[in-house]
Amino acid sequence: TLASSSENKKPCIEKILIANRGEIACRIMKTAKRLGIRTVAVYSDADKESLHVKSADEAIRIGPPPARLSYLNASAIIEAATRTGAQAIHPGYGFLSESAEFAQLCETEGLTFIGPPASAIRDMGDKSASKRIMGAAGVPLVPGYHGDEQDIDFMKLEADKIGYPILIKPTHGGGGKGMRIVQSPNEFVESFLGAQREAAASFGMNTILLEKYITQPRHIEVQIFGDKHGNVLHLYERDCSLQRRHQKIIEEAPAPNVLSDFRAHLGEAAVSAAKAVAYHNAGTVEFIVDRVSGQFYFMEMNTRLQVEHPVTEMVVGQDLVEWQIRVANGEPLPLSQSQVALRGHSFEARIYAENVPKGFLPATGVLHHYHPAPVSPTVRVEAGVEQGDTVSMHYDPMIAKLVVWGENRDSALVKLKDCLSKFQVAGLPTNINFLQRLAKHWAFENGQVETHFIEHFKDDLFFDPSNEILAKDAYNAAALGATLVAACICKKEQVAYRESLPGDSSLLSLWYAHPPFRVHHSARCTMELEWDDEYDNSISKILKLGIKYQPDGNYFIERGDGDSRGIEIKVLYLGHHDFRVETDGLSMDVSLAVYTQGYTKHIHIWHGKYHHHFRQRIGLDLSNDEGSLDKQSFEAASHPRGTVVAPMAGLVVKLLVKDGMEVKEGQPVLVLEAMKMEHVVKAPCAGFVRGFQVKNGQQVFDSSILLSIKDE
Amino acid sequence: ASSSIRWTIPNLILQRREFCLGVLPDGVDRNSDVYINNSKAMDQLISELRFHMDKVLGGGGSEAVRRNRSRNKLLPRERIDRLIDPGSSFLELSQLAGHQLYEEYLPSGGIIIGIGPVHGRLCMFVANDPTAKGGTYYPITVKKHLRAQEIAAQCNLPCIYLVDSGGANLPRQADVFPDRDNFGRIFYNQAQMSAKGIPQIALVLGSCTAGGAYIPAMADESVMVKGNGTIFLAGPPLVKAATGEEVSAEDLGGATMHCKISGVSDHFAEDELHGLAIGRNIIKNLHMAGKQGIMNGLQSITPDYKDPLYDVKELRSIAPTDQKQHFDIRSVIARIVDGSEFDEFKKLYGTTLVTGFARIFGQPVGIIGNNGILFIESALKGAHFIELCTQRNIPLIFLQNITGFMVGSRSEAGGIAKAGAKMVMAVSCAKVPKITIIVGGSFGAGNYGMCGRAYSPNFLFLWPTARISVMGGPQAAGVLAQIERSTKKRQGIEWTKQEEENFKSKVVEAYEREGSPYYSTARLWDDGIIDPADTRSVLGLCLSASKNVPEDTKYGVFRM
Repeated sequence: TLASSSENKKPCIEKILIANRGEIACRIMKTAKRLGIRTVAVYSDADKESLHVKSADEAIRIGPPPARLSYLNASAIIEAATRTGAQAIHPGYGFLSESAEFAQLCETEGLTFIGPPASAIRDMGDKSASKRIMGAAGVPLVPGYHGDEQDIDFMKLEADKIGYPILIKPTHGGGGKGMRIVQSPNEFVESFLGAQREAAASFGMNTILLEKYITQPRHIEVQIFGDKHGNVLHLYERDCSLQRRHQKIIEEAPAPNVLSDFRAHLGEAAVSAAKAVAYHNAGTVEFIVDRVSGQFYFMEMNTRLQVEHPVTEMVVGQDLVEWQIRVANGEPLPLSQSQVALRGHSFEARIYAENVPKGFLPATGVLHHYHPAPVSPTVRVEAGVEQGDTVSMHYDPMIAKLVVWGENRDSALVKLKDCLSKFQVAGLPTNINFLQRLAKHWAFENGQVETHFIEHFKDDLFFDPSNEILAKDAYNAAALGATLVAACICKKEQVAYRESLPGDSSLLSLWYAHPPFRVHHSARCTMELEWDDEYDNSISKILKLGIKYQPDGNYFIERGDGDSRGIEIKVLYLGHHDFRVETDGLSMDVSLAVYTQGYTKHIHIWHGKYHHHFRQRIGLDLSNDEGSLDKQSFEAASHPRGTVVAPMAGLVVKLLVKDGMEVKEGQPVLVLEAMKMEHVVKAPCAGFVRGFQVKNGQQVFDSSILLSIKDE
Repeated sequence: ASSSIRWTIPNLILQRREFCLGVLPDGVDRNSDVYINNSKAMDQLISELRFHMDKVLGGGGSEAVRRNRSRNKLLPRERIDRLIDPGSSFLELSQLAGHQLYEEYLPSGGIIIGIGPVHGRLCMFVANDPTAKGGTYYPITVKKHLRAQEIAAQCNLPCIYLVDSGGANLPRQADVFPDRDNFGRIFYNQAQMSAKGIPQIALVLGSCTAGGAYIPAMADESVMVKGNGTIFLAGPPLVKAATGEEVSAEDLGGATMHCKISGVSDHFAEDELHGLAIGRNIIKNLHMAGKQGIMNGLQSITPDYKDPLYDVKELRSIAPTDQKQHFDIRSVIARIVDGSEFDEFKKLYGTTLVTGFARIFGQPVGIIGNNGILFIESALKGAHFIELCTQRNIPLIFLQNITGFMVGSRSEAGGIAKAGAKMVMAVSCAKVPKITIIVGGSFGAGNYGMCGRAYSPNFLFLWPTARISVMGGPQAAGVLAQIERSTKKRQGIEWTKQEEENFKSKVVEAYEREGSPYYSTARLWDDGIIDPADTRSVLGLCLSASKNVPEDTKYGVFRM
């Protein structure tokens, strides 16, 4: 029996295929590498050069860029695992991570799916079924009525039972259509009938459900973990209330302003939920918490590793991916509930490529400059990108996750703010400035988080262009930024020229001495920078700067906006894109990123808590001088305007216009064949064709008049 | 104790070895009266000097400066600041020339001269100051201009002339015009330096009248700014007086006219800043100009190069198999040169020939490509460009797609044969590596001017679209049929339409066969047929294989 049991035992995972991309793929590989497990990446054509591909031991192409043809292509992924001999598949989050079919398929193909059993995914995937299961297991649900009986009097009684305010919504449909919030019993009838009408008009069904309306909801979720031996524990909660467009942007663990009693209840409820579906591996039970009553209700369970799992890892000091692998190997959980210690506080800020003033619309572009905050044992940067990568439209526009840890919430928040100000991204719009504003908002500092936070405090968080004081402050900060840019660019250019000198003629470097030599005067130069206010795209201001090289190597910079106080700046170039600047006895580090797109040079500067973006026009768009190149335009000079003459002797092979036709400037009028080539003759100006004198097949002489273009 | 003594002796010796010989003692007593008095006196002298300097730096006075600015023009020193490398030094010379020399105030003698680096290459700048008496040449102005040229010739510095001058100061013509070291010497010097391979570059930023017109005309390369720049031997008033013709300054000698029609200038600038940027680019493209560059250790090959912006494989889709279809040769150039960067020379003149500077795998090259039939201007442009490349030891690349030189009475009367001959002369004598790629047609004398096999290019390759013959098949058939008919007529033999057609189609067939790239490559008229997508690689390998030993190019007699 001993022999047969060893045969039955599945061998440990030695090679994992990660069926995902971006930061999560890189994150999983880090742990796998530490455990000595080989990694296989899969990629679509859009990700050929991505970091997750480079980080893996092996990588396999699975299809074209659209996700449904690659990262959602289950059979291609299974085939990739078989081909590379991977024993297990980690699905990450998103894509196939919550596909019960995929989990089942892995099982069938003899591959270990690093995640929960397919049955649990299926049970939790159906929102109303999951609520039934949870209700039966005694997990609190949002009070409501979901029945078939729709009589208005009956419904009103149900509403009274639930207690006001009440949310009325159609059972079918979505997008907020037909939804009504009812504050008191005397509004009920009118709202109910209105909702019915709207539901019937929009969805063709007028069945309605009732739910308790939570005025100040918080989104709190509990990380749970189960093994294949029936053990389930929780790793405390995360607060993910800060959301925009229903997506989280700042998460933290543990939840602020929560009593330990409440925390314990929440954890127990989450463990009961997991046990109700015979769960194993990592999962998250999401609750909605009523800030007013302090009640919590089950919302849904996510049967995967969450984006924000690192905040839990930071406060419990565990590696959840390692746990996932060990559980998948059949090992029991490494800790018992009582051994899970909660220590300190952690924040995660999600850095997105997005256009904040345009309603957080996803943005795409090239990461011309990517320098995340420096990492340390208490600062993590989870990213799947490198400088020079493109954020494409094919996938999620998240650039990176910034995770910080502190002994308590206040110290963690200090670190978060510091790291955000040092997180440098240029080339596409990001939400970093917005995250900074969130992080320093008084209500957030107090831990007064709720899901309507951004909507609630929008006046503080979004810049109001009509506020002149703020506008002036913003302008002054930008003007200082521009001044520093001018000094740093002057410094950098000179260093660059000196370093790129051709040959070994060492005396030549004398010409690039600092400050540049002039006989009996000081060298000067000027710079024009265009500044777009991030929160007021309609205005772009031109900042003119006059730079004078001082004898001691400093720069004396004057602004051309009437502010006549010049500033003297000392610049020390620290290498790469870093400088140390000193003005009026105050010195600080600044960073610059410079890149060009077409005829525009983009210059970003990070100074203090500010990040400014300036543009500089370089060169002219000369493409429209092509039209004036035609030799014939001169030839025709001796004829009245609009006369079209043959550019050379030749045979007319094609007539493209008729007498009387209206033509545009540059429109082809006929084709001439001469010198074995076809020559297209174009209209010299717009107008009507008059006096078309040639026929198809006719021989014409050099400079003979073909037709003329007249105004009428 | 004994051991410490033993170690003392070698230490002493060591120290003595490092004793610095030749260092002068201080020898100055900073507290002495002499020192203090000297210092005070010198301060006085320096402040006096600064007083004069400050005045001179203001140019011809605030009113003249304001007028200058209103024309979108910079002051001469500002122009130089924008030409030299950012943050580099400028050694200005003879700032106080003309000081109390004339009754009129002539700051800096009306001309700014000095030395500064452009793309790491030291240049001599000669800039007229239009705010000082309209930039006219006083005797001292001429002297200062000549002094700048003398230094440039002695130190082998490329000259950049920033022209903005009304020409000779007429009341003082006797001291400006006739003598050896007068106005004419400026052009003499330009010619002498150009002959020695010292580049002469002119930027026409303002007027450039009479004798002044020769400064850009004698230059190796010149730039003109739209609106402000004018070149003419006589301005509109003089023209009206002499011939009665009424013409605007812009039409008479503006940038458009000179860059497009006369060819007196090579680069058209939209405004002054654009013109100055082109000026910097010209210096960048000098590369090893004058061969001295190589001796001075000036490298022209950059190890870091950019790939073309566009896919080289697209070259397969650019050349049409129908030879009659026109295509822009720039789309080929864009796919073979580094970063698709091409600095075009004489873009607006002789537009059927495209010439310009670029790099291939970091090696500077001059590219000549066909964009149609060769006209007189195209041929002259080609010859000029080849001269520039041989002066600078820059390899030449010919992209042939040529049906020939323009025929017809107007063309012949204009001397197309001698214009073509100039280009053929330049191609034949050019002693720089030459590589020819025939991408389309290669017919008649076009094959010669564009460095066909007879002109000893180091390498010559064909694209599958290439066709080589003395003329097109149908044209040849027409000519031969004409001769045959008259022969038959003389002999009294009747030649039916059918017979004539048969005769013609045989000729066309033969030309078709003999013009094919396979016919050529079988007979070693070339070095192989290549896939267009391989053009960049093949060019790079050929450039590397063509040893670029600077050798003097000497031309024969150009028929003018």
